[in-house]
Amino acid sequence: MEHPRRLFALIGPPSVYLTLFFLLPLGIMAVFSFRAGTIGEARNVFTLEHYRQFIANAAYHRLLWRSSLMAFGIASISTLLAYPLAYFLTFQAGERKLTLMTLIIIPTWTSYLLRVFAWKLILGTNGLLNTLLLSLGIIDQASPILLYSRTAVMVTLVYVWVPFVALPIFAALERIDRSLLEAAADLGCKPWEAFLRVTLPLSAPGVIAGFFFCLIPTLGEYVTPLLVGGGQGAMYGNLIQDQFVRALNWSMGSVMSLAMLLAVIVLLVIFSRMGSFSKLLEL
Amino acid sequence: MSEPAVELRDVTKVFTSTRGDLAEEVYAVQEMNLEIAQGEFFTLLGPSGCGKTTTLRLIAGFERPTKGEIFIHGQPMSKVPPNLRPVNTVFQNYALFPHLNVARNVGFGLEVRRVSRPERERRIHEALDMVQLAEMSNRRPSQLSGGQQQRIALARALVNQPAVLLLDEPLGALDLKLRKAMQIELKQLQAQVGITFIYVTHDQEEALTMSNRIAVMNKGRVLQVGDPVTLYEKPASHFVADFIGESNFFRGVVEAVSGQLVEVQVSGTRVRATAGALPPSSGQEALFAVRPEKVRLIISEESIDGALRGVIQEVIYIGTDTRYIVNVEAQSPVAVRVQNGCGIAPQEYRRGDVVQLSWLPEDAHLLAD
Amino acid sequence: METRRIPSFGLLYYWLIVIVLFLPIFLLILFSFNDSTRLVFPLRGFTLQWYGQLSKNPELIRAVRTSILLALGSSFIATVLGTMGALVVVRYEFPGRNVFVAVAALPLVIPYIILGVSLLIMLHSLGVRLSAWTAGLAHVVISLPYAMLVVIARLVGFPQNLEEAAMDLGATYWGALWRVTLPIIFPALTAAFLICFTISFDEFAIASFLVGTQPTLPVYLYSQLRFPTRLPLVVSMAAILMSASMAIVLFSEWLRRVGQTPQPKKK
Repeated sequence: MEHPRRLFALIGPPSVYLTLFFLLPLGIMAVFSFRAGTIGEARNVFTLEHYRQFIANAAYHRLLWRSSLMAFGIASISTLLAYPLAYFLTFQAGERKLTLMTLIIIPTWTSYLLRVFAWKLILGTNGLLNTLLLSLGIIDQASPILLYSRTAVMVTLVYVWVPFVALPIFAALERIDRSLLEAAADLGCKPWEAFLRVTLPLSAPGVIAGFFFCLIPTLGEYVTPLLVGGGQGAMYGNLIQDQFVRALNWSMGSVMSLAMLLAVIVLLVIFSRMGSFSKLLEL
Repeated sequence: MSEPAVELRDVTKVFTSTRGDLAEEVYAVQEMNLEIAQGEFFTLLGPSGCGKTTTLRLIAGFERPTKGEIFIHGQPMSKVPPNLRPVNTVFQNYALFPHLNVARNVGFGLEVRRVSRPERERRIHEALDMVQLAEMSNRRPSQLSGGQQQRIALARALVNQPAVLLLDEPLGALDLKLRKAMQIELKQLQAQVGITFIYVTHDQEEALTMSNRIAVMNKGRVLQVGDPVTLYEKPASHFVADFIGESNFFRGVVEAVSGQLVEVQVSGTRVRATAGALPPSSGQEALFAVRPEKVRLIISEESIDGALRGVIQEVIYIGTDTRYIVNVEAQSPVAVRVQNGCGIAPQEYRRGDVVQLSWLPEDAHLLAD
Repeated sequence: METRRIPSFGLLYYWLIVIVLFLPIFLLILFSFNDSTRLVFPLRGFTLQWYGQLSKNPELIRAVRTSILLALGSSFIATVLGTMGALVVVRYEFPGRNVFVAVAALPLVIPYIILGVSLLIMLHSLGVRLSAWTAGLAHVVISLPYAMLVVIARLVGFPQNLEEAAMDLGATYWGALWRVTLPIIFPALTAAFLICFTISFDEFAIASFLVGTQPTLPVYLYSQLRFPTRLPLVVSMAAILMSASMAIVLFSEWLRRVGQTPQPKKK
């Protein structure tokens, strides 16, 4: 270290802040998970009861499993939809590339809550989709099932995530040296072979990053299910929220949050093992 | 003479680079000792990675020596940060502040040191006059040509009247013609302001053109310090003889020594050389160098006393001179330069001619390997 | 050779995605002018009454003000801390650097609900009263990595010897940062600030746990979504907000681009 004092002066404030308001709360939550109750005397009683309940309750596991599958599905579909988008922007959009990219990003900076809410206007019984299908004669009665379902949650979240997933894929594709593709063609690859043998493997870090960056936060999603999911589309995040807002069983909620945190860490470890994290930071 | 402007005493700089779990120690500068006199134009010359820029950064204070001490005007510098050292630097890519105009770039050091406004403006004006760019004072650096940026960087440093000016390959980014012109200009400027210049370059011709003295560096060590003539005429080592100018190297066995004069057996012939700083003894292996322009060519099938026999392999006409490449048995091909001056017809000798190569003993220097 | 190009599959796909991305936004704007309290098709007549009613809603105005103040404060802190972090990450090698980067970047992916409830538990244990400012504590945590990444991207192309030149000319390290580095990267700092601002301004998942009785705009809007008669009002608010945030994004994007040092062209 050349200048320890400068280093400490610079790294000190952000480190202290993150420790106090990010790491410490997680630690306190871990302590809280062993407490018998949220208020009164019960706060001082140590118990493993909540862990026992969490492990014993099959309904929790089902919801956790279902949420994981949904998150996995959402991340996969978003990635599949985002790849051609990023590919088009990189290789076919030409000089308008950045403008077209910005156009994709703009909606993501508008209110999340309201964009999700707007999907109610699309999927609702008297919404855009039903109206459209009715007027085209494809269906003869407005279908109420479009809204308040798992499908509605997935459609909405895919909508939310596609632009974010496209970003790292775009960045990875951008970094591919065009002469590699020319070399592949020169060596006899057909365009689709060059894609499979050169473009796709080289863009893999971006694809992996996009996938995980969608998958992990989606695991804990609770706002979108709240708005468009109804009882059917509830996810694990809603279970946690219930413990804090309705059941007021914070210790149980802590156990559930820790379980999710564990899942997040496992996913992050898998992700960093795939070697993408460091590459991503070089962006 | 008064105390040196800059003195380096046993200075060593070790960089530790950590790549993953591997910690690697790199000796950028090793046990370096130098004394640079006041008012001198001193050059650190060497190939890239030889430690010359690190030496400059050590003097500027951007790096701290691992061992040893640096004195500027007799004051030890180890506890003095760069902003308090009486030195200024002209950076390799000029490092002009892109957000400030030329006048504010030049006045930056004065502003930081709280020089009063009128005084500042006077000195900025003077400095810009000195580099003949007074009319550019409101431009942004990006609006200037490379040569102009270079002069602004120079003015920005000199305006502070440093005790020592450090220049890190300041002409490296300029094209050849401009570089040649700037070399002369810099040299004149230095004589005019009388400030000690420490100049870093990898270009030996540039170093010879400008410097009072040159330190040739390689692998973190100073190999030889001397004025241009000494370094060229009396290189002390293989590296110096090779790096500065062009040299023919001969290997042989010492046959006889008498004072400075040494007789060496080379490819079966006894030739003569000068011992220099290292008096050898008979029977010892020896290496010596002769400059191409110091070798004499004589067409003769018959051997001449003290001359090597060779065959011309290549004749290269380059205008002012003709270069000959001569094959000598058991030695590397020997380059010979013959000036196309009065009385010598170009291409006097032809390919395949058998020639005798000779030189004056004082033009052949025994070298440390 | 000039041939008229048929729109490629890629281009069609791109515009399809763009239409879908903007569809909800346009729907909201459309309904904000619809003369009906019900947000259903078919549309009724054109009206500006919902916009007129906005200004007569003190709760809404209070929520907007809370959100603006909260976003200003948290973005300022996040930008300052993020810039410090970025300087450290770009300029220093030290043991624990990777740990620092990992911890600072973690809020990018960690589900917000975890941040919200863990901070809720801590503040509750300490007996801190919840308010918009307690939500702000978390907003700094989530926007800090964005600020840091924006500044890192700027600093990577920043010639370090400009700082050295400033020190060489007599400035201290901090003076060099203040006089040289920060002015040069200022557009990036502004961009980082604006990004943090939009994040905080829009954030609901954490705020809903932490604001207590001082709703931010998203929390207020959410509370209104349950009352169908209030919806047109919310929607007109949404239309204004979305237009404003689009403007902010375009501006910060522009800043980010003008802020880059022009790179010398490679041969």
